[in-house]
Amino acid sequence: MRKILIVFLTLLFVGSYFVGPAMAVSTEEITKASALEEIIKRGELWVGLEAGYQPFEMQDEKGNIVGFDVDMAYEMGKALFGEGGEKKVKLINTAWEGIIPALMTHKFDIIMSGMTILQSRNLKVNFCEPYYYIGQCLLIHKKDKDKYTHYRDLNKKGVIVTSKLGVTGAFTAEKVMPNATLRLFKTEAEGALQVANGVADAFIYDEPQVRVFAAMYRDKTVGIFEPITYEPLAWAIRKGDVDWLNWLNNFLAQVRGDGRWEKCKQKWFVDYIIEVAGKEKK
Amino acid sequence: MTFNKRSLITLGILVIIMGYIYYFFTEKGITYIWHWERIPEMLFYHGPKSADDPAPRLRMGILMIGFVLTLKISLFSIVFGIFIGTVVGIARLSHEPVTRRLAHAYVELIRNTPLLVQIYIIYFFVGSMLRLSAFAAGTAALSIFAGAYVAEIVRAGIQSIHKGQMEAARSLGMNYAQAMRYVILPQAFKRIIPPLAGQFISLIKDSSLVSVIALADLMFQGQQAVARTYHAFEIYFTVAFLYLVMTFTLSMATQYLEMRLAISD
Repeated sequence: MRKILIVFLTLLFVGSYFVGPAMAVSTEEITKASALEEIIKRGELWVGLEAGYQPFEMQDEKGNIVGFDVDMAYEMGKALFGEGGEKKVKLINTAWEGIIPALMTHKFDIIMSGMTILQSRNLKVNFCEPYYYIGQCLLIHKKDKDKYTHYRDLNKKGVIVTSKLGVTGAFTAEKVMPNATLRLFKTEAEGALQVANGVADAFIYDEPQVRVFAAMYRDKTVGIFEPITYEPLAWAIRKGDVDWLNWLNNFLAQVRGDGRWEKCKQKWFVDYIIEVAGKEKK
Repeated sequence: MTFNKRSLITLGILVIIMGYIYYFFTEKGITYIWHWERIPEMLFYHGPKSADDPAPRLRMGILMIGFVLTLKISLFSIVFGIFIGTVVGIARLSHEPVTRRLAHAYVELIRNTPLLVQIYIIYFFVGSMLRLSAFAAGTAALSIFAGAYVAEIVRAGIQSIHKGQMEAARSLGMNYAQAMRYVILPQAFKRIIPPLAGQFISLIKDSSLVSVIALADLMFQGQQAVARTYHAFEIYFTVAFLYLVMTFTLSMATQYLEMRLAISD
């Protein structure tokens, strides 16, 4: 009896090995496995982000998550579920370190968090078409305005450059300013503050954020906005999901063309930055 | 009551120290423009939350939301941690080799791996299979983590009771479980309160690691408030104070418990 069972199980195991890979996957099955199908069935779009990156996504004093990516997520909700669809968008605010693992384990459907397309990252996730191009820019103290006009001027011994831990700015500084001393902080605000206080010479970070800091500390700092790097930002989804990717790229083309994009850009990259700077002046 | 007086003095000293640090920052430190007026609305505010939720009522702000989450997850983890720790601690002293070794393996495995890794594994692997919510996974990870430390504290507590106590209880006709329940554990519990309190205070602070699994705890909310408003020192001071409220309350509660139990000595 036991012998028969063992033989049977062995055959089953070996059999499955041969049958498995030979089975063709139909297009219907790919469609069914798509996140798009999951979203429609669930009636909710789950968006992963870390709300610490102005003006793409941030949390206000009341605990509301707002920003450029957030407005785009609401537009996406409307496009998926019709009028009132923005209420069916669930924003999942998670620390950056856990954001890709959470996407891969289906904790959300898409990362909309100003993520830079890196080829190494692209091995783990799929990216849509880039929706914004940013470069690393510099924030320097006003007194150094004539001393430093280009990042090459900062590549000297004794110059202190700050940035945030583990972000593109830090990697770029290491690459293009190897002679300068790099000091990394847990938040970008701490890095920028060092420059405003005259403790550090320059702060290197993504362009929109440097614009905010330059507007905020405009009595003490100026920005050098000639981009040092070329960084396309894009939404990230799980690998192999062609249906969802196709939907997202077409959605992107639509909002770009019909004016919603420009409206949103004006709101967050112009009006909002002026508002932030104004608040600080008071 | 002397207890109240003593805790007031302790609190007073803490406030003086914090005040001195603040003074040092403002007078001797770097030039920094303080914006304390931005903090109250981050705790509580009265008014509409957003366009979707316009009802004007008293609501929790960004930092209070984090405070409540940290408080909730810490309380749950402490309760489950005590439970796991007591069971495993007793199992560590079992005469049954399999039970004893299993308990030992659990303690060593948990104590010798980083909490962050445990949180990742429980949420992304175990949690995905069992469909645990982020909160459930976070609570589970912290409870399992605390349980291992509590187990060692419980074991040490039990072993510190003179073995004559067990022998006396057994010779009175109690079985092992009864002797534990009525004689050993009540005495051991009294001794382990101070190390247990220390363990739970560090648990409250360690709970900030759960932000990697999409739980907006106090520290994470504080970081995001800094990322938006850049009032780093005001916010981090407030966050520290809120942690202090939690841990100091816990300290006082355990001291009170200690005093109450000391009456029977």
